Amino acid sequence: MSEFKKVCQLSDLVSNSGVAALIEAQQVALFYVENEVFALSNYDPIGQANVMSRGMVGDIKGELMVASPLQKQHYSLKTGVCLDDEAISIPTFETKIENQSVWVKL
Amino acid sequence: MKQRIVVIGNGMVGHSFLEKLIASEGFENFEVTVFGEEPRKAYDRVYLSSYFSGKTAEDLSLVKPGLYEENGIQLYLKDKVIEIDRTQKTITSESGQKISYDKLILATGSYPFVPPITGNDREGCLVYRTIEDLEAIKAAATNGKTGVVVGGGLLGLEAAKALKDLGLDTHVVEFAPRLMPAQLDEGGAGLLKRKIENLGVHVHVSKATQEITEGENCLNKMVFSDGESLETDIVLFSAGIRPRDDLAKQVKLAVGPRGGVEINDQCLTSDPNIYAIGECALHNGMIYGLVAPGYAMAQSVVDQLNLTPAHFEGADMSTKLKLMGVDVGSIGDPHGNDESALSYVYENGPEEVYKKIVVSSDGQTLLGAVLVGDAEDFSNLLQIMLNDITLPEHPDSLILPNRDGSGSDLFGPDALPETAQLCSCYDVSKGDIIQAVEAGCCTVSDVKASTQAGTGCGGCVQLVTNVLNNELEKRGVEVNTDLCEHFSHTRQELFHICQVEGINTFEDLIQKHGRGHGCDICKQTTGNIFASLWNSYALEPDKIPLQDTNDNYLGNMQKDGTYSVIPRVPGGEITPQKLIVLGLIATKYKLYTKVNGGQRIVLFGAQMNDLPAIWKELIDAGFESGQAYAKALRTVKSCVGSTWCRYGLDDSVTMAIDMENRYKGLRSPHKIKMGVSGCTRECAEAQAKDIGLISTEEGWNLYVCGNGGMKPRHADLFATKLTQEEVFRYVDRLLMFYIKTADRLQRTASWMDNLEGGLPYLQEVVIQDSLGIGESLEAQMKGLRETYECDWKRAIVSPSFTKRFRSFVNVDDKAEQLFVQERGQIRPATEQDKLDGIAVQVKEIA
Ligand code: SRM
Ligand SMILES: Cc1cc2nc3c(=O)[nH]c(=O)nc-3n(C[C@H](O)[C@H](O)[C@H](O)COP(=O)(O)OP(=O)(O)OC[C@H]3O[C@@H](n4cnc5c(N)ncnc54)[C@H](O)[C@@H]3O)c2cc1C
Ligand code: SF4
Ligand code: FES
Repeated sequence: MSEFKKVCQLSDLVSNSGVAALIEAQQVALFYVENEVFALSNYDPIGQANVMSRGMVGDIKGELMVASPLQKQHYSLKTGVCLDDEAISIPTFETKIENQSVWVKL
Repeated sequence: MKQRIVVIGNGMVGHSFLEKLIASEGFENFEVTVFGEEPRKAYDRVYLSSYFSGKTAEDLSLVKPGLYEENGIQLYLKDKVIEIDRTQKTITSESGQKISYDKLILATGSYPFVPPITGNDREGCLVYRTIEDLEAIKAAATNGKTGVVVGGGLLGLEAAKALKDLGLDTHVVEFAPRLMPAQLDEGGAGLLKRKIENLGVHVHVSKATQEITEGENCLNKMVFSDGESLETDIVLFSAGIRPRDDLAKQVKLAVGPRGGVEINDQCLTSDPNIYAIGECALHNGMIYGLVAPGYAMAQSVVDQLNLTPAHFEGADMSTKLKLMGVDVGSIGDPHGNDESALSYVYENGPEEVYKKIVVSSDGQTLLGAVLVGDAEDFSNLLQIMLNDITLPEHPDSLILPNRDGSGSDLFGPDALPETAQLCSCYDVSKGDIIQAVEAGCCTVSDVKASTQAGTGCGGCVQLVTNVLNNELEKRGVEVNTDLCEHFSHTRQELFHICQVEGINTFEDLIQKHGRGHGCDICKQTTGNIFASLWNSYALEPDKIPLQDTNDNYLGNMQKDGTYSVIPRVPGGEITPQKLIVLGLIATKYKLYTKVNGGQRIVLFGAQMNDLPAIWKELIDAGFESGQAYAKALRTVKSCVGSTWCRYGLDDSVTMAIDMENRYKGLRSPHKIKMGVSGCTRECAEAQAKDIGLISTEEGWNLYVCGNGGMKPRHADLFATKLTQEEVFRYVDRLLMFYIKTADRLQRTASWMDNLEGGLPYLQEVVIQDSLGIGESLEAQMKGLRETYECDWKRAIVSPSFTKRFRSFVNVDDKAEQLFVQERGQIRPATEQDKLDGIAVQVKEIA
C-alpha cells in the first residue's frame, strides 16, 4: 500500500495545463484545473509515448478531460477513461493539496 | 444487333447527351459515334471567361479522361460533318468518314451573330464563343489598348469584363435603349449601367454601328449612324447567337423562319430518325441560349432511346448572375407584358439596389421580377413563381428590405413542393436532395458530389444549403456552425468579437460569450485568433493552455514525444557557415537530419529539455524560428532566378527572402506557403502555393490560393505585371482578409472556393478595394509586422519560459528516450525494438 508523496509546489503548475513528474521511476502527468490537481499516467496508450502531460485540457459535455497531443483522443481527468473509446483508459492517481504543496499517492 | 447512334457536335449539350446515355440502363444496346468540329472534347463554355483568369483548356474540359474510350464511344474530333443522306441514313464527314445511323442526334449549337456591317471582317474584329476565339482575343489585346463590345446583353457584358481584365480601355455599344434588353426593365438597366460605368467601362446605348474603317490612333474606327465615331483596336461582336442549322437546311428538315431546327416535344425534327437538342433546336418558336434546357432535351432523348416515354416542355429562362461584380437577376416576364398585371418597385438610391416584381391582377401569382444590385431574393422569388405559390397579402413584402429581421422566411424550404427544381443546371429537385440526405449526405459538399446540384453556375447553392439544413434539422441532426460545444459562434464571429471588444484572454472570452471549460478545439482557435490580432505570445502563462503541444513547445511533436527543430532559411538560401553550424549542432545533440520538402533543413529527435539549449546555439549563429509548428507563414520557396539562371527574368531569391521576412510570424487560420519563380519554367512550383509569384518581362504575375497536400489545387492567376510594391500591397490585403474571414483550419484554397463570388470577388476586394477596407487591412498587417519577434529568441532569455521545457517538475532528471540507429542516424524506437533490446538512449550512441 503506497502513501501520499509530496511532489512539488502548487506554484510549479500552470493553471489549465499540465506538467510531468517522476515519482518512484514512474512518469505521472499532473493537471491543475479549477483549483484541483489531477494525476494520470503520462503514457499515451494509443500513441505509445510518454506525452499526456503535454495535452490540452478542457471539458467534453461537462466532463473534465485532457486531449492526447499525438492523436487527440480525449481522456477523463477524473477516471482516465477514454471518452472516444471506453475500452481504453489511463491509470489515475489520488492527489491532495496541502499548504500550497501537491501530494500524489501512487 | 446494336442500334447505331450518331451525334453531330461535341459541345456542352452533345456531351451531356453522351453522359446521360452512358448512365442509362440500355447503354449496351447502342453503338455510338460522335463528330466534333472543334479540336478538343466538350468543355465548359459557361465558364469560358475563366480561361482569361488562368484556367486552362484542360481545367475547362467536361469529359472525364477515359470516359468515351472506356465506354466504346467512337469520337472524331476536328472532323466536321458535311453531309447527311436521309434515305440511306448515312452521314459524311470532312475527312471522308461515311457512317450509317439508326438515330441521328443534331447537337451543333449556335454561332455568334456578326451584324452585316461594312468592315466587320477587318483585323481585330472578333467573336466570343470558343477557346480559339479567346486565344485570338488575348493575342489582339497584347498590342491594343482599346476594346469595344458590340452588344450589351448577358454575353456582351461578360465579354466586356474580359476585355477590362485584359487591361483594355473598354466600351460597350448597345443598339437598344438599355442594357440587357431581353431581361431587364428600364429602371433595372439604368442602375446596371451606372454601376458598370463606375467600374470604368464606357456604356453607349441606342447606338447603331454603320461601318468599321481604318482608325487613326487605333487599328479600327467604328462609325455610328448618329455621326459619332469611336476608335478601337478590338471590336468584339456579341450581338446574339444564330442556330447552326445549315446541315438541316441542306436535307430539307423543317427550320424556323429565323433559323433553328424545328423540334416537337419529343425533340424530334421533321424526320422521325433525327433528333435535335441544345442551341441548334427551335422548340415552340424558342431557341434556348442556356445549357439547362439543352440538358433537359438531352435527357428526354436518352429516355426515349431507352423506350421510356418522355417529353421536353420548354424551360424557364430566369437568370441570376454577377456581371462585373454587380448582382443581377431576372425572373419570368419582368416587362409585365400582360396589361392587367400589377407591378411593385423598390429602389434604394444610396445603396444602388433596384427590385421590381410583376404580379397577376388578383395579386395572387408572381409573373416576373428584376433584381439589380442585390439578388438575394432570387431563389425565393423563382421558387414562388415556378411552384405557383400564392403570394402574401402584401406582395411588396417580398422585396422590401426587412430591417428588423422579422418574418423574413415567408417561404422557407418547407413551402416548396418536392418536385421544385432547385438546381436548373443539373435539374436537381428538392426531392433529389431529400433522397441524398436519406442516403447519408450531411454537408453541402456531400450533396454536391452525389447530386451535382450547385456544381454548374453555382446560383443555387444558397437554396440547396437551406433545404439541406432544413432536412437535416427535421431528422434531428443538429446543423450548427458552432465552433464546438463551448461556443455558439464560428471562428470568424469570434475573431470579430475579440477585435471589437478588445478581448485577449480565454477566460474573458468564455465568460462573456461561451460556457464550460473549453476544449482543444476552441482553445486552439482562440489562441490562434489572439496571435493574429494581438501577436500574443504562446508561452505567456495565460496563453499556454490555449496551444496545441506544437505551439506550446515551439516544435512539432514526433510520434515518440520528441520534437523537430526547423530554423528559418528564408528563400532557401543558406551560407556554408550556417550549414556547418547546423551540422555541428545536429552532431552534438545527435539529431536526425533531413532536407525537408520546404527547402530547409529539419533536425528530428530533439528531447523537450534540450530544446532551449539547441535553440540558443542556433540563435547565436544567426538563425530564427522557422515556425514549422505554427499556423503561420512556413516557407517561401524560390528558384535560383536571374542571378544565376540563364533564363531568369528577375531575382526570385531576393524577392522570396523579402516576402519571407515580410510575412514571417504571421499567425493565420492555417499555414501559408509561398513560392517565387524567376520565369515561367516555374522551378519553384509557385502555382502550388497559397501565394505564388512568377517573373515576366513586364513584372511579377501573382497567383493565389493554390496548395499541395491532401487536395492539390492549382493557384489562380490574380494579377499581372506587378511591381514589388504592388505585390506587397495585394498580398497584405489578401492575407489579412483571409485571416479575418476564413474558417478554422481552412487553407486559402478552400477559403476562396467557398467565398461567395470566388476569385472575381476577391480581386474586387483586393485590387479595386470594392469594400473600401484596403487601407485598414494594410495597416493591420503593418501592425503585426512591426511587433514580430522570433518565438525562440523570446523564450530562451526568460527562465520562466524555459522552465516549461524541463522533463519533470520535481526532479532534474531527463526523461528516458530510446532510439535505434539506422543509416548512421537515430530513429524513434518502436515497442518491438524495445523488446528486441536494440533500443538505446542517446548518450549510449557513439
Ligand atoms: C518536415 C516536412 C516533410 C519533409 O520531411 O519534407 C513536413 C512534415 C510535416 N507536415 Fe507537411 N511537411 C513538409 C512539407 C510539406 C509540403 C511541401 C511544401 O511545403 O512545399 C506539403 C504540401 C504543400 C502544401 O502544404 O500545400 C505538406 C503538406 C502537409 C499537410 C497537408 C496540408 C493540406 O492543406 O492538405 C499537413 C497536415 C496539416 O497541416 O493539417 C502537413 C503536416 C505536417 C506535420 C506538421 C504533421 C505533424 O503534425 O506531425 C509534419 C511534421 C513537421 C515537423 O515535424 O516539423 N503537411 N507538407 C516538410 C516541412 C517543410 C517546412 O520546413 O516547413
Ligand atoms: C461566354 C459564354 C458564356 C455563357 N454563359 C452561360 C451561362 O452562364 N449559363 C448558361 O446556361 N449558358 C451560358 N452560355 C451558353 C451555353 O454555353 C450554351 O447554351 C451551350 O454551350 C449550348 O450547348 P450546345 O451543345 O447546344 O452548343 P455548343 O456548346 O456550341 O456545341 C456545339 C458543338 O457542335 C460543333 N459542331 C457544329 N456543327 C458541327 C458539324 N457539322 N460537325 C461536327 N461538329 C459540329 C461545334 O463546333 C460545337 O463544338 C454561355 C455561352 C458563352 C459563349
Ligand atoms: S524558374 Fe526559370 S529562372 Fe527559375 S531556375 Fe527555373 S528556369 Fe531558371
Ligand atoms: S442552378 Fe446552376 S449550379 Fe445549380
